[in-house]
Amino acid sequence: MSLFITAGFPDPDSTVDLVLGFEKNGADIIELGMPFSDPLADGPTIQYASNVAISNGITMKKIFEMVKEIRKASEIPIILMGYINPILKYGIEKFCRDAADCGADGLILPDLPPEESAVIAELAEKNNLDIIYLVAPNSTDERMKKVDSMSSGFVYCVSVTGVTGARKGEEVAKSVDRFIGRVNKNVIKNPKLVGFGIKNHEDAAVIAKQVDGFIVGSALIDTIRNNYPNNDWMENVLSFVNELKYGKKEK
Amino acid sequence: MKYTAPTKQGYFGKYGGKFVPEILIPALEELEIAYEESLHDPLFQKEYHDLLKEYVGRPTKLTFANRLTEHYGKGKIYFKREDLCHTGAHKINNAIGQLLLARNMGKTRIIAETGAGQHGVATATACAKFGFECVIYMGAEDMERQKLNVDRMRLLGAEVRSVTSGSQTLKDATNEAIRDWVTNVENTFYIIGSVVGPHPYPVMTRNFHRVIGEETKEQLKQVEGRLPDYLVACVGGGSNAIGFFYPFIENEDVKMIGIEAAGLGADTDQTAATLTIGTPGVLHGSLSYLLHDSEGQVQLAHSISAGLDYPGIGPEHSYLFDTKRVHYFGVTDRQAMDAVKRISEKEGIIPAIETAHAFAYLETLMPLTQSDEIVVVNCSGRGDKDMKTISEWFS
Repeated sequence: MSLFITAGFPDPDSTVDLVLGFEKNGADIIELGMPFSDPLADGPTIQYASNVAISNGITMKKIFEMVKEIRKASEIPIILMGYINPILKYGIEKFCRDAADCGADGLILPDLPPEESAVIAELAEKNNLDIIYLVAPNSTDERMKKVDSMSSGFVYCVSVTGVTGARKGEEVAKSVDRFIGRVNKNVIKNPKLVGFGIKNHEDAAVIAKQVDGFIVGSALIDTIRNNYPNNDWMENVLSFVNELKYGKKEK
Repeated sequence: MKYTAPTKQGYFGKYGGKFVPEILIPALEELEIAYEESLHDPLFQKEYHDLLKEYVGRPTKLTFANRLTEHYGKGKIYFKREDLCHTGAHKINNAIGQLLLARNMGKTRIIAETGAGQHGVATATACAKFGFECVIYMGAEDMERQKLNVDRMRLLGAEVRSVTSGSQTLKDATNEAIRDWVTNVENTFYIIGSVVGPHPYPVMTRNFHRVIGEETKEQLKQVEGRLPDYLVACVGGGSNAIGFFYPFIENEDVKMIGIEAAGLGADTDQTAATLTIGTPGVLHGSLSYLLHDSEGQVQLAHSISAGLDYPGIGPEHSYLFDTKRVHYFGVTDRQAMDAVKRISEKEGIIPAIETAHAFAYLETLMPLTQSDEIVVVNCSGRGDKDMKTISEWFS
């Protein structure tokens, strides 16, 4: 199970505790979102989280400090996820070096398809950062093979055409079958993780059976949004995470 | 010098490219193929040019601005009259071209973003003419200041969706249009209204507008027997300017000037002068100059003109800026509004506020010209849509 959280959401002080709590409750990988003002592959939920994080004053430097802080207590794989512009502004070479130095393991860059990846691929490799590319339901078989050959770490399988965000679970499960069949045929080098529209344990269980793992982002952020800043918000969020992975506990 | 930009990968020098989510890659590849085919398809070309002639009303006139010329007492001033195009601006040249491609590709639904509403009206018009479902994304602030165009789009049968995120202007309308495209990519064609976005949009949109410059060249040759000395056009994303400039790029004696919206001034934070104060960055699918902060977060632009109120610019303009083939300057809200009044009173033409930015620069340029020099301004659109803003400004 891979969980996405925007760095600095809902507030800058919670990010490290959230990540460590996610790990205790079953997360195997963390995708740490680097907020961007114009996240055009994201639906309203992650747009909201990005805006909150930016207005909380999150900078690239602060994100690296968070990763460093997490590394003091955990070895969980951390993938930095974000749009290319803030990275270009920071300087690609410096970004790769600093990301690796603080202990990040890889990158997901939704607006950097393989066509444009030359700007960062070599520097990422030099710094031992995986680059995880995406495949989508409208990717051809040939394209999936190409993405697989260029990716390291895993391949991010976008289960439906659309932006990130909650959709009806049944709809996802139905349309995703054929796509996963093609993914399993074409992506053979890397593990496959499926994301987009997974809201609960039931959605996740259906998908987890067919590939190597699943990714939850928007549903997690919605849960945080619904609970924050109540006294027990963190507890509720972590029990949501636990349930995502293991299902409802018998009471 | 031979001008061959862009490359096959869509790069103008180091600018351009295809910085888009994976879902859009197949759509862009399909579009590239369809567009390439259309260039060599005599039926497509005939249909497009017939529509420009019989429906858009091309060729548009080249008008000698005698009173304005007298006013400055220096070089001769001509206007290329894109304001006379059906729907009131140059935008329809491109909307018609892209719609024909959409039809040939079997798409059934059209989406577009719009700032001033001129591209939205042009797209809604083309959709009405060809019977396509049409959804236009427009910032809430722009819907307020360009209400007439909202009403026009709705009358033409388009659905206008109000965008309330971020700046509530063109930037965020474009974000929402891209999100719609990502979601409905199978049946939907995104008609981008400027020379921005991922490859092949910047080159395709340029080529659908190059007719502006080609006609200008031919018309001026007939009345003056020669090339112009100066071309002046306003630049937001930059579609009217590039269509006007492109056919002259290899004529090195023709000086070309692009005018950005400086808003309250390029030295304030209320500006849209992307080339004047921006640095390279990625927005809406391409690498180009951009207004963004030290963290790479895109800044909110400001201009009184909705069509120029955009923190980015087309990649080809960034290239022409770096190579100094085109020179770019900023004009403030106030200078542009003064020009609206001046052109209305002296030439009987009420220009769009966007277009007035180009006219405003004549105050700087004309005193530097010789009496035997020729200046052509691209009169990219008419100002009817701006009457509310204009009345409020002068009251």
